[in-house]
Amino acid sequence: MILSLLAQVGTEAPTPISAAPDAAAHVPGPSIYWPALLPLLVILVGGLLLLTFSSFLRKAAPRGIFATATVVIAAAAGLSALPLWAQVQGWSSLLWWDLHPDPVGPYTTVGGMVGVDGFTVFVTIVLCVAVAIAALLTDAYLRREQMEGPEFYVLMLLSAAGGIIMAMGNDLIVVFIGLETLSIAVYVLAGMHLRRVQSQESGIKYFVLGAFSSAFFLYGIALVYGATGSTNLVDIKDFMAQVVPTQNGLLLIGLALLVVGFGFKVAAVPFHAWSPDVYDGAPTPAVAWMASGVKAAAFAAMVRVLVLTFSNYGGTWKPIVYALAILSMVVGAVLAIVQSNVKRMLAYSSISHAGFILMAVEASSSQGNSAVLFYLTTYVFMVAGSFGIATIVGRRGDGRHSLADYKGLARTNPELAVAFTLLLLAQAGVPFTSGFFAKFYAVEAAVDAHSTPLAVIAMLSAVVSAFLYLRIIVAMFMAGGDDAAEGPVPSRADRIPLPVGATIALAVCVVATIGFGLFPDLLVSAAEKGQPALVQYERPAAASAPTAASTDGVPDVTGTGAGQ
Amino acid sequence: MDTSNLDIAYLALSAILFGLGGFGLLVRRNPLVMIMCVELMLNAVNLTFVTFGRMLDDISGQVIVFFVLVVAAAEVVVGLGLVVAMARRRPGATADDLRLLRG
Repeated sequence: MILSLLAQVGTEAPTPISAAPDAAAHVPGPSIYWPALLPLLVILVGGLLLLTFSSFLRKAAPRGIFATATVVIAAAAGLSALPLWAQVQGWSSLLWWDLHPDPVGPYTTVGGMVGVDGFTVFVTIVLCVAVAIAALLTDAYLRREQMEGPEFYVLMLLSAAGGIIMAMGNDLIVVFIGLETLSIAVYVLAGMHLRRVQSQESGIKYFVLGAFSSAFFLYGIALVYGATGSTNLVDIKDFMAQVVPTQNGLLLIGLALLVVGFGFKVAAVPFHAWSPDVYDGAPTPAVAWMASGVKAAAFAAMVRVLVLTFSNYGGTWKPIVYALAILSMVVGAVLAIVQSNVKRMLAYSSISHAGFILMAVEASSSQGNSAVLFYLTTYVFMVAGSFGIATIVGRRGDGRHSLADYKGLARTNPELAVAFTLLLLAQAGVPFTSGFFAKFYAVEAAVDAHSTPLAVIAMLSAVVSAFLYLRIIVAMFMAGGDDAAEGPVPSRADRIPLPVGATIALAVCVVATIGFGLFPDLLVSAAEKGQPALVQYERPAAASAPTAASTDGVPDVTGTGAGQ
Repeated sequence: MDTSNLDIAYLALSAILFGLGGFGLLVRRNPLVMIMCVELMLNAVNLTFVTFGRMLDDISGQVIVFFVLVVAAAEVVVGLGLVVAMARRRPGATADDLRLLRG
């Protein structure tokens, strides 16, 4: 393996331009296996085309056309990821479609910059689903707030493209570029509602703190580069496995800064301060995307960098993540209780969820990785559905999010109240919902990794946060009674209209939450197959080229799922 | 001066610049100055990359700087846009005026 690595380094070493003057005429590019980039390209080009074509429209676009287009683009991207899934699983066919020539398992492309493995493909599909749900929620919202236009959807698609780059990044710089593509689009989304002062405030707050954390993340990359001589994850891992680092302090500081950067993005305590404010002020469908997609992408990159690359340095980053997980779970659960605004409550509860996922990351095993995937998938449906209901209940102006506005929802909109109840119970981890299994697998992974105290704290904080969810449920079902100070009793006449797109999105979320709760096996087996892997094997550009380019064609696996 | 000492000096300089940027971001209240502080932090990292590239005799340290420059430019565009949107509504607003969202 060392020899093959050295051989690769030898062939890929850049030719000094001074030695070969004519080398400047032809700079050899990396070989690119385009099908691996297809989901990314579909979502990126689709978003840009949507923006271009809509600017040529002469009259007002037909209702819902942009949302439909976004859902179609996201679905196309998700479907184009399915052949990749079959490929990395080593299947030779997908349903009736014969996938010749070569099932390969995990591989890299674009000169080792992009890694394609089960984990990448899984997260890509999850991100596509999250974008589709958020787009369906956005449709009626934009009409209600008189903000019609394609920009909201385009920004969501572009940030999803950034998320996919983060998930497939096999190089710290690629991860950084994905992170920024994701974040910059979301900064704009947060400040998109021009008539709400709160929206602008949340946009600026998110921008300042996001840029601050990105700078820390980048400094971490720089220090890791200085200590290991590369930003490629495979090279970094090999370096740490073979060389005793002489500048150990540099690497440790770099690693700590990387953890800080990730902590900001996933809103782990103590880097969570931005999240309640931003979730409170930003347009609610944008929050649905922020809470689901952005977090999923950040966790995907976190698993790839920490669990896979720095597996040898587990002793260094695991205690930090351990502390982050405990703080996030406890502080998120406790502070959520004292809130009176439902969006802020959901923000704190999503901090608490981040703590659970961090616990699965801390396990640093293949079991932990699949627990992360399972949690992220179910979490996307739970949280996007919850913010979807907040979108509808927020009414015109997107301002009615206090707990009082949910009083008597069961009378005016019983179907909304029931859906919200199911989603909240799932977030609390009640059995027969997907949230139960998500928490169960995360706790199981922690126990198997001998982090029993963490698991105990997790279960206790789940009990605390159950109180929060019950508070909302009680407000919906039992309030609006005889207390005259609470205002008039809501009746059917106060019914909030249910838009079509949002209804579809909510139905999908509820069905997925209950479905994965009753039949988790399907998702579990997929999550177990979606293991991340750091491989050296560079897939040749032409599909039938292994005979010409590489003699063996066998994936040279340097590390799959750190615990194996 | 010895080259290795020079490299260390550059690294120290970039660390100081990064710290100044971070400190300024936390202390200054003018949104424009805050964006400048973010830029200072990113450019301090650029200096770090170039210095490491020189120490390691590796071209990629300098190539990365181009990527970071592009990202920083994109970030400034969005940041200035947000600041302009805020300034139109409330001229002369500082970071202390952003206090609607709390709790």
